[in-house]
Amino acid sequence: MRNFLSDKVQNIQPSGIRKFFDIVSEMKDAISLGVGEPDFETPWHIRDEGIYSLEKGKTFYTSNSGLKELRGEICNYLKRVQNLDYNPDKEVLVTVGGSEAIDIGLRAMINPGDEVIIPQPSYVSYEPCAYLAGAKSVIINLKAENEFRLTPEELENAITDKTKVLILPYPNNPTGAIMEREDLEKIAKIIIEKDIFVLSDEIYSALTYKEKHVSIANISGMKERTLLINGFSKAYAMTGWRLGYACGPAELIKQMTKIHQYAIMCAPTTSQYAAVDALKNGDEDVEKMRQAYNQRRRFLMNAFSEMGLACFEPYGAFYVFPCIKEFGMSSEEFAERFLKEEKVAAVPGTAFGESGEGFLRISYAYSLENLKVAIERLKHFVERLREEKV
Amino acid sequence: MREELLSIVEKNSRIDLKELAVLLGAEEIDVANELAKLEAEGVICGYHTLIDWEKTSIEMVTALIEVKVTPQRGQGFDHIAERIYNYPEVKAVYLISGGYDLLVTLEEKTLKEISRFVSDKLSTLDSVLSTATHFILKKYKDHGTILDKKHEDSREVITP
Ligand SMILES: Cc1ncc(COP(=O)(O)O)c(C=O)c1O
Repeated sequence: MRNFLSDKVQNIQPSGIRKFFDIVSEMKDAISLGVGEPDFETPWHIRDEGIYSLEKGKTFYTSNSGLKELRGEICNYLKRVQNLDYNPDKEVLVTVGGSEAIDIGLRAMINPGDEVIIPQPSYVSYEPCAYLAGAKSVIINLKAENEFRLTPEELENAITDKTKVLILPYPNNPTGAIMEREDLEKIAKIIIEKDIFVLSDEIYSALTYKEKHVSIANISGMKERTLLINGFSKAYAMTGWRLGYACGPAELIKQMTKIHQYAIMCAPTTSQYAAVDALKNGDEDVEKMRQAYNQRRRFLMNAFSEMGLACFEPYGAFYVFPCIKEFGMSSEEFAERFLKEEKVAAVPGTAFGESGEGFLRISYAYSLENLKVAIERLKHFVERLREEKV
Repeated sequence: MREELLSIVEKNSRIDLKELAVLLGAEEIDVANELAKLEAEGVICGYHTLIDWEKTSIEMVTALIEVKVTPQRGQGFDHIAERIYNYPEVKAVYLISGGYDLLVTLEEKTLKEISRFVSDKLSTLDSVLSTATHFILKKYKDHGTILDKKHEDSREVITP
């Protein structure tokens, strides 16, 4: 029989996370710090609105680009929190999570041979999606000494005459890094000068712990060359509802809507009704969750400093990214031993790119009680490793 | 800091000062001062423990009693409320809008003791017009805490 698989899909590496997942799943009593989704359940009033929509029989497709009311609320939200003006009829597309928006956004922009710049460590889907879209990925290895922010020099060095799109992954998973207005202004200059486009993944925008998040679309001259991607998964604890959105220039949204129309038809209807309520009445819930994450973040930073573990202070998402280079082993080795010896699962930094080597992603989407137990074990582990070394 | 501090101690009054300071990103001394102030101002009125008496061998019956009263000249409801809340077995007294005036929560060891309190003490007060007693059969959620549900993490153990 002929091989029925495409060469392209066979060339994609399975995610490094997957491999680690298989090891962890075998250990029944392990505690995990490896989860990339909120520990909170979706606030009840949002769930209730989804249930109510089902009771009313809202069980049909919506328009391809999403419920009009939802697109309107998305625009109100972006206006309210970021002072951005988008036209709900032409510049917004409701998608199946930020995930779909990343995929079709790249597919709508890339011609064969175009280069996509991907700063890493970053979320696992950019590289495969760029590859499937026919692009060549150009990786920027972000540095801990810059707090994993993207510097103008790094960007400048990565740009060639084939560069089409820069993926801007802030607030960042896995590092927790953010880009502030000054950082964005510096890179915006280069982006405009070199005439490239930005896919800005702002899925964690509601979870920052310093200043409020600033979108690059907010920097002068950038809105017309930015595809802003956001969603409900992280801010509203709605990962399972599979709902996100993309906002950008009308022409790009129009092309993306074509792919979406044929591949997806429309995002889940129940989720869309629930999301309208999230945007209308969810600000207070988001703030409460943000406050809880922030307390845990402070708890972890304090614990690291007490055990002498190097970690820059992250101001976004719900991850900390401590450095484990002092122990002289790879991230994977460290994570595996930590799991086997102390029964705690944390994801090796290398799952998010080579530049994650020497780091560990610790998620604080866990209750303080859980974190306390895990940190006790980490302390124990670190002390033992230090003793081994002398 | 004030609001965040209150929201933490409302859920966990046993938290120690050092941890509280870490969670708030503040100095211990400032947190201690703020707590002292909140106590002095009567914002923090006590540090109680939520007990599910059902799970102990101690019998405990809770009743909610709706009370209609005639307000007294010059004192409104305050005087009669005080007469009622001074009984130690009374756990809470609220002035309520709507069909009746005061809502009284009572905890006792037996039904009999509660009915005795209502008939002998409460109903005989001069300004009390009528009472309606409701016994609590089961507490599902109290003080924001769901009593009979263990929280289970149903997430996948590792996700990107
Ligand atoms: C940085 C980043 N972008 C996008 C996503 C995709 O989220 P969703 O498809 O649930 O909106 C995630 C999820 O982990 C993420 O961490």
